Amino acid sequence: MKRLFPVAALAFFMLLPLWMKDQYYLNELIVTGIFIIAAMSLNLLLGYAGQLSLGHAAFFGIGAYVSALTSLGFTVTIFGFEVTHDPWPPFVGLLFAIIASGLCGYLIGKLAFRVRGAYFVIVTISFAEVVRLVALNWVELTNGPLALSNIPPITLGFDWTGSITLWGKIGNYYLVLAVIALAYVVIRQLVKSPFGRAMIALRENETLALSVGVGVTKYLVLAAVMSGAIAGAAGSLYAHYILIIDPMIFMFLNTVIMVIMVISGGKGTLAGPLVGGLVFGIAPVILRAYVRPEAQWILYGALMILIVYVLPDGIVPAIGRWFDGVAEGKPRETRS
Amino acid sequence: LDCPPPLKTTLVTQLLQHLANAAIMGGTYALLGIGLTLIFGIMRIVNFTHGELYAFGAYMMVLFVARAGVNFYLAIPLAIVAGVALGAAIELVLLRPKRDADIDTTMLIMIGAWIVMQNTEVLIWGSVAKSVPTPFGNAPLVLGPVSISWLRVVVLGVALLLIGGIYFLIQRTRLGKAMRATFQDSATAALMGVQVNRIYTMTFAIGSGLAAAAGALLGPVFVVTPNMGDPASLKAFAIVILGGLGNITGATIGGFILALAEEIGAGYVSSGYRDAMGFVIIILVLLIKPTGLFARSERVG
Repeated sequence: MKRLFPVAALAFFMLLPLWMKDQYYLNELIVTGIFIIAAMSLNLLLGYAGQLSLGHAAFFGIGAYVSALTSLGFTVTIFGFEVTHDPWPPFVGLLFAIIASGLCGYLIGKLAFRVRGAYFVIVTISFAEVVRLVALNWVELTNGPLALSNIPPITLGFDWTGSITLWGKIGNYYLVLAVIALAYVVIRQLVKSPFGRAMIALRENETLALSVGVGVTKYLVLAAVMSGAIAGAAGSLYAHYILIIDPMIFMFLNTVIMVIMVISGGKGTLAGPLVGGLVFGIAPVILRAYVRPEAQWILYGALMILIVYVLPDGIVPAIGRWFDGVAEGKPRETRS
Repeated sequence: LDCPPPLKTTLVTQLLQHLANAAIMGGTYALLGIGLTLIFGIMRIVNFTHGELYAFGAYMMVLFVARAGVNFYLAIPLAIVAGVALGAAIELVLLRPKRDADIDTTMLIMIGAWIVMQNTEVLIWGSVAKSVPTPFGNAPLVLGPVSISWLRVVVLGVALLLIGGIYFLIQRTRLGKAMRATFQDSATAALMGVQVNRIYTMTFAIGSGLAAAAGALLGPVFVVTPNMGDPASLKAFAIVILGGLGNITGATIGGFILALAEEIGAGYVSSGYRDAMGFVIIILVLLIKPTGLFARSERVG
């Protein structure tokens, strides 16, 4: 029964655009989907490796900028040398985004996992802030606060197969859906693998894991690399869908959105970021009609506190427990 | 004929001016850092609302001085008291029920509180920058080649006074002794009759009061905006990492070091990267000495 859920959900969302033609809602779904991918990558670190990364907007933003710059081309002067890059196809940009963000994950992991807990959190926040300042100040490369515009949309296919360019909503919708499905499968296999088991062992009891020979730093750094790479892919999709990016992409609130998605859905569960992401992707659409943006954020913050108090494990584990209870004909005792 | 001053003199003058500016900012940074490190050291809580308490202090100055017409010097202690009260309220409502939770859980609660507080500021005060009128004229204090506005002189004076006060509180009073005991071993302290819960509330309130003090002092120097808390939080983190988590002397020195680094960075590298200096420091410290520069042993005072 539980196994059919992902397939059923995928089928539902594949058929959704057939009857939901409203461009506004479709747009919201695409952006939500992109953030869900980022939240899934955060879940890898936060949920499975047990490390709270509050700089995830940095990986996301770096992916967006690398992908945009690869496909737009640029000319910068570094130490007196002029470096020119000619525009490459957006698809190459996506690959570069994944590589660049993964590399950043490696560096941050190497640096921060020398010390953990509070230090890791602060290092990741600081990293995002430094990247934001660079994006803001390195005007020659990033255009600073004036934003990078005219980013080309993603083109699928090759010269010899014929190609389609994803200008519209429908194409991007299916692309995002496909990447979500891919990321889901990749993360599922990863978590099942020895690598994933080592990661979970570290989360549960680092000293014990260490004593049976789990290489702590190696696995945590690997988790950071994977997490960064997937977030970079999400950022790239964002850049080629919105077609304009500015340093606001590194805002801490973007990280907060991802964190809320993960913890509300259920950290350390495969479906958690998807469920949490849908809830927090749709909630603003409904709220937008009634309350001002500030009030909406206040509600978000309050909800975040409330979730920690009421549903500390998140929605998915709570539903799971309820299901088990129903299956056995009696409600199970729930953990508070 | 107007002759340009010799290049050497200009450089020295510039450097002296930068040092003076750094000393002034350093005092308030130290207040921010001490507040955060106190809370982390004793309660093991990464206080994400710290920057918002800083902004709260600045808004209290707007409320008291600009709106209510209270005397400038009287408004500063009032703003600090308001910060202490807000801090105590946060501790009692949000943190006390989750006393035994792990550090990640309290971090999430504090992030939620941060978002609520920042957007409440926008809701109440609007996003337009506010300024605090000061009783000082435009004439600066001139000391040889260096000139400093009187407002900044007062800011440094009050900051040093508060730093001295907090040292006195922790080293010389019964409350301070109880705080130090809780820091070293809260379970044993409780057995010895220290009311640990009350110490936690007091710690969070005092730390919050220090953040509000920093905001009340710097608010009139700059402008007051709802976003002013974010860089303040991040700077406080940098100071605390620099000094070692839980180390008050480290935070004091760290505050001055960060101010100096920012001033030098803004003056000689690029003003756009002023706020990046803190993170450069964090990264360097983590590379060289992850436990902080002044970590003899982890203790308060």
